[in-house]
Amino acid sequence: MSYKVKLEVFEGPLDLLLYLIKKNEIDIYDIPIATITEQYLEYLELMRMLDLNIAGEFLVIAATLIHIKSKMLLPPDEKELLPEEEEDPREELVRRLVEYKKFKEVAGILQDLEGQRKKMFTRDIPFETAPGEVFFEASLFDLITAFTRVLKDVPKEIFQEIIKDEFTVEQKVHDLLHRLVLTPAISLFELFKNAKNKTEIIATFLAVLELIRLKEVIVMQKQNFSDIEIVRNEKHRLNIE
Amino acid sequence: MSESRRINMERIQIKNIIEAMLFVSDKPLFLSEIKSVLEGPDADEIKDVIAELALEYEKQTSALRIKEIAGGYQIVTDPVLAPWLKKLYKTAGSDRLSGPSLETLAIIAYKQPATKPEIEAIRGVNVDGVLKTLIEKNLVKIMGRRETVGRPIIYGTTQEFLQYFGLNSLEELPKLEEFNFTEKDIELPEHLQKEEEAQNELSEPPQENRQP
Repeated sequence: MSYKVKLEVFEGPLDLLLYLIKKNEIDIYDIPIATITEQYLEYLELMRMLDLNIAGEFLVIAATLIHIKSKMLLPPDEKELLPEEEEDPREELVRRLVEYKKFKEVAGILQDLEGQRKKMFTRDIPFETAPGEVFFEASLFDLITAFTRVLKDVPKEIFQEIIKDEFTVEQKVHDLLHRLVLTPAISLFELFKNAKNKTEIIATFLAVLELIRLKEVIVMQKQNFSDIEIVRNEKHRLNIE
Repeated sequence: MSESRRINMERIQIKNIIEAMLFVSDKPLFLSEIKSVLEGPDADEIKDVIAELALEYEKQTSALRIKEIAGGYQIVTDPVLAPWLKKLYKTAGSDRLSGPSLETLAIIAYKQPATKPEIEAIRGVNVDGVLKTLIEKNLVKIMGRRETVGRPIIYGTTQEFLQYFGLNSLEELPKLEEFNFTEKDIELPEHLQKEEEAQNELSEPPQENRQP
């Protein structure tokens, strides 16, 4: 079964790198390339597994990382022993990352300003925005991190079985919506914990992504690496009615 | 005519005219617009009167404030009243720009006039969709074409951009050199810090009875 999930709010490869740097508490000017490359590729693999459309830009950075890694493994060329000219192979990437990070900070400031400005009303109610743009509290990467963590905890299946599609994304979407009618918020970790096997976890995860895409739910995270809550998108509901 | 009017025009009257104009206007009024209506007082005097008026609003704990936005003056409501007003205008204030939109805006704000490849080089992803949305929302505009090979389209921020973020001018954004990532935290410029504190003091509106 092929099930492609398209996410409109999709951050780029630099964003993923910054996320990994932050997660590992690494100095941006001294990136352990081997570790980061490995983790970066792990994420790409996961995205591929989830059938997420991996943009070409992600692969370009992956190639860059591998290139830097191999360069750093090679001994410096004896013929060109001009110390001033010996460049850190990471330099160009770090420069890009730092520049991108600056604009990300500014984006954060703009977001604060937007919030403050929205609290001040004027005669013309400011600026009609198109309704229904989903505001991501937890990023796609946070979701994928949570997903990996759960997958690691699933005991390895010993036998090679042929499993019929016991759990479908469609059914999970229905389940989730039904549960959200009964309870205002569902914990993502709780959902995964109750799953019987990998197939069910994957189906559940894709169902959550699908519901986000349909703007039926919003996912929120109180702090980094904490549990992720799934709540109904009330605004969307109102718009429909 | 304007000479005699100038003599007769008392400060209190000037103040009332300005207040009335700000009250009626649905967009920030420029100093030049106010000046051309008053036909007498010079720019400094008008600024002075507006400052006085703004102070009165604050002192009387009025529901309104006078704010400098996008290079002009505008009457806005006190931010602490937002929760109630949001209940009145259900759609206002709930829609926020997405992360990619904000990032793209940030880049354009600093690099304008900027071409699409320049923006994409920084973000590392294609920005076609985001740019289209931002132009539709009138936050970004096409400023023309750069006179180089291929004559690429160049983009810049609009007056609406300043209004949307409550900025008086682009100068109010922090300098990029101010960001230094060797230190742990990034300090916000002073005027932004203050507003952030004020924001934290907000009280909540009475809760509506929820339908089961």
